[in-house]
Amino acid sequence: MIRPGPESLLIIVPAWNEEGCIADVVQDIRSQLPEIPVIVLDDASSDATLLRARQAGAGVLPLPHHLGLGGCVQAGYKLAAELGFQYVIRVDGDGQHDARDIPRIFEALRSSGCEMVIGSRYCAGARIQERGLRGLGIRFFRLVLRPILGRRVFDPTSGFVGVNRHALDVFSRSFPLDYPEIEALVVLQRRRFRFLEIPCKFRPRRTGRSSITALKSIYYIFHVLMGVFVNVLRYDRRFHRRSPGAEIHSEK
Amino acid sequence: MQSLLNITTVLSVFLLLFVLFSVRRAHIRVEYSMSWLLAAGGLLLLSRARPVLDYATRHFGIPDTPLTLFLAAGSVFLLMFFRFSMIISALRDDNIALAQRVAILEFHIRSLQQTHE
Repeated sequence: MIRPGPESLLIIVPAWNEEGCIADVVQDIRSQLPEIPVIVLDDASSDATLLRARQAGAGVLPLPHHLGLGGCVQAGYKLAAELGFQYVIRVDGDGQHDARDIPRIFEALRSSGCEMVIGSRYCAGARIQERGLRGLGIRFFRLVLRPILGRRVFDPTSGFVGVNRHALDVFSRSFPLDYPEIEALVVLQRRRFRFLEIPCKFRPRRTGRSSITALKSIYYIFHVLMGVFVNVLRYDRRFHRRSPGAEIHSEK
Repeated sequence: MQSLLNITTVLSVFLLLFVLFSVRRAHIRVEYSMSWLLAAGGLLLLSRARPVLDYATRHFGIPDTPLTLFLAAGSVFLLMFFRFSMIISALRDDNIALAQRVAILEFHIRSLQQTHE
């Protein structure tokens, strides 16, 4: 039975049809952090993702039907909150995130006091490598988010994210369901929570293809823009309840 | 104009009957049939009340009486689609919450089984 250890850290790995690399992802994490529990959130994969994850030694949260990334990640947050964990780090199941960066994200979570730490591809001044609509989308949302968050965010679409108990409690109750990363930042801002970006290197996908095609990228932009807009409207009603001393900052 | 009103009457009666049969066969639930029945009933009344349509046409400055009927029908169905979008959104939220709960309970059950083995 999974219980919070002395570190009170849980690693969650959302995965959908990632049988080709999920075992490697779990083993990478376990080799770096052997004492930290890992739970794969299986979003009703039609392949052997669930089996491979269990064989690799991970706990598995088996969703009964496909919920999409947001619903899947929120299930992991709910489980972590129920089990009493203080920190949760999300690592994508496609092998793009390097497990060697997890200790740095965890340390930043503990030492900074920020509610969220983002493993960022671009915060060290790196150029956006994503091409076409995806690269354009990242640049566009950087511009859109800057006035809303009151600061720059370099990698708003990164899924390599750690949260502490405060954010965990919020996300357990309310989490964007489709394409959640960008909207989650606005949800945090509404509550005057702080986030931090630390530089991380991402690897290319090991197997499979991204579910976001060129056509979906266009839908993605409009969908997320709408979600941001809705969240900003909610945020405006709370503007006058701003708590003193709360601010957002980043690691430069 | 009269033929348009007659066609609307026939369509409204057909819609009323179709919804009633669907409810009887439990294809749609009673609470969701009410909107359709109200819409069909409203269209039926309008199609048989030419003076009301003529009055509304003059009152709102609409150039043609058939256009008034079309606008009324369109407005009713848009409202219904919006209501159903709200219902679908609520059902989807419930569905996601239930799926998450099922997964978490299954996780706990499996953990307990492993503890006892």
